[in-house]
Amino acid sequence: MQKRVHYNTSYLPYLLVAPQITITLLFFIWPAVQALYQSFLLEDAFGLSSEFVWFDNFAELYDSENYLNSFTRTAFFSVSVAALSMGFALFFAALADRVIKGSHTYRTLLIIPYAVAPVLAGTLWLFLFNPTLGIIPYFLDIVSINWNHKLNSSQAMSLVIIAAAWKQVSYNFLFFVAAMHSIPKSLIEAAAIDGAGPMHRFRTIIFPLISPTTFFLLVVNIIYAFFDTFGIIHAITAGGPGNSTEILVYKVFNDGFVGLDLGGSAAQSVILMFIVILLTVVQFKYVERKVEY
Amino acid sequence: MIENRPMTTFVSHTVLILGVALIVFPIWVMLVASSHDALRLTQVPLPLLPGNQFWINLKLLFSGKGFSAPIHLTLMNSLAMALMISVGKIVISIISAFAIVYFKFRFRMFFFWMIFLTLMLPVEVRILPTYEVIANFGMLDTYAGLSIPLIASATATFMFRQTFLTIPDELMEASRIDGAGPMRFFFDVVIPMSRTNIAALFVILFIFGWNQYLWPLLVTTDPDMYTVVMSIKQMLESGENEPQWHLIMMTALVAMLPPILVVIFMQKIFVKGLTDSEK
Repeated sequence: MQKRVHYNTSYLPYLLVAPQITITLLFFIWPAVQALYQSFLLEDAFGLSSEFVWFDNFAELYDSENYLNSFTRTAFFSVSVAALSMGFALFFAALADRVIKGSHTYRTLLIIPYAVAPVLAGTLWLFLFNPTLGIIPYFLDIVSINWNHKLNSSQAMSLVIIAAAWKQVSYNFLFFVAAMHSIPKSLIEAAAIDGAGPMHRFRTIIFPLISPTTFFLLVVNIIYAFFDTFGIIHAITAGGPGNSTEILVYKVFNDGFVGLDLGGSAAQSVILMFIVILLTVVQFKYVERKVEY
Repeated sequence: MIENRPMTTFVSHTVLILGVALIVFPIWVMLVASSHDALRLTQVPLPLLPGNQFWINLKLLFSGKGFSAPIHLTLMNSLAMALMISVGKIVISIISAFAIVYFKFRFRMFFFWMIFLTLMLPVEVRILPTYEVIANFGMLDTYAGLSIPLIASATATFMFRQTFLTIPDELMEASRIDGAGPMRFFFDVVIPMSRTNIAALFVILFIFGWNQYLWPLLVTTDPDMYTVVMSIKQMLESGENEPQWHLIMMTALVAMLPPILVVIFMQKIFVKGLTDSEK
């Protein structure tokens, strides 16, 4: 945790941590406490009067079918994004691990989505799938699939999942490639000498050995799908049609800034905070054990 | 390669090329659309090959006609925000990590856990109250309001702490014997030894800062303070008219170019930084 030797100065270390601590207090801790406090209040839309209502806001959420639906929807969304994105990335990484020529070019092209802002990723996919103009609906029409994500809620959900997974492929790819690189070559060679083909080796050696990375990525992807996909959804569907793509983070924004239900929105923030804390704890507990091969 | 199987290698390449094509396809379509005029982009099927309107569209975009904010202004805002966030995060994280590793002082662990806590409070879960704080400070529509609430960084602090722990203690002892104080040691030894980490972190944080969306959407109301990434949403919601796809795609291209270039040209350092630091 700390060096064997260290400086003993009375005020300097406080000065050095001061900026970070000040920002943390003002813009992180204080707002979080505020959210916690507001979640116990019932405020009118103009902020003129408020009343302390204990857990009423939470009870209301628990009774709200809309909110519970948003919960299951978010779970479905994040698991689908993680599965789709990690599946593709693992597949690409396994292939890229085999080839020597051109692997740099493949990597350069595959990391581009990482740099694209979520809202821009959403815009690109919106354009591709535009019901009247888009290229993909045009081809889907040929095989007589009528694409309209503005009306069809399962199509809307698929589209946001595809866009969100697309953006995350790069990240997963880089981690899978790094994990595969760290597997000792002698293991693979020994298996090859014993007559195991590429598929067999992947199944029995590579995949089990990269499982710590896979688990780490699963957590990271779920955090990503929960919190970093706001821009994608805002650009593509804005939560619609109906509420069919309104995930939890989007609902906090919608209820708070558009619907002006401050107490309800704060209660949702508090629930989200608990989810992040849970996910972070899982992630860090896992990181401690990641070296165990 | 372990064994020589030309067939498998050939299949691997084919599948990889198809896969890469699939991933790059949306980008390609954007490039194509940005090189056609408005009329062509209302005719089905849309083109899959570039047209000749690219420079005209680019000029139109920079002329700023018909938009809420001219693009060179939004680009400048994005650049300012991204630099303030990335440089700010690096500076405050490196000095707090230095204090936590090299000093023994009261509340050291308390500060450490406080910084750790920020990891659990992404801006998305505290938007309303943070917005209120910024509004109370009169920081709406300012660069400070855009960047400061995102600047605290547990990840960067951890990474620097990790790096500092690998610097041999002897270096510090030697510098102390030579009469250098802590700040001298910090500037002459610690910073030069963390150069690669600083660069890698800069790439990651620059992209993070440039791509911010929800936060600028809330704190800016003045079109002159819009960032280029968020201005795309206004263009999509063009009211009654069909969105002007040729200009939207051109804006998207201009908006995503800086982070893409940073990632591509600093690829080696970025990949190493990403896979090392976040584990």
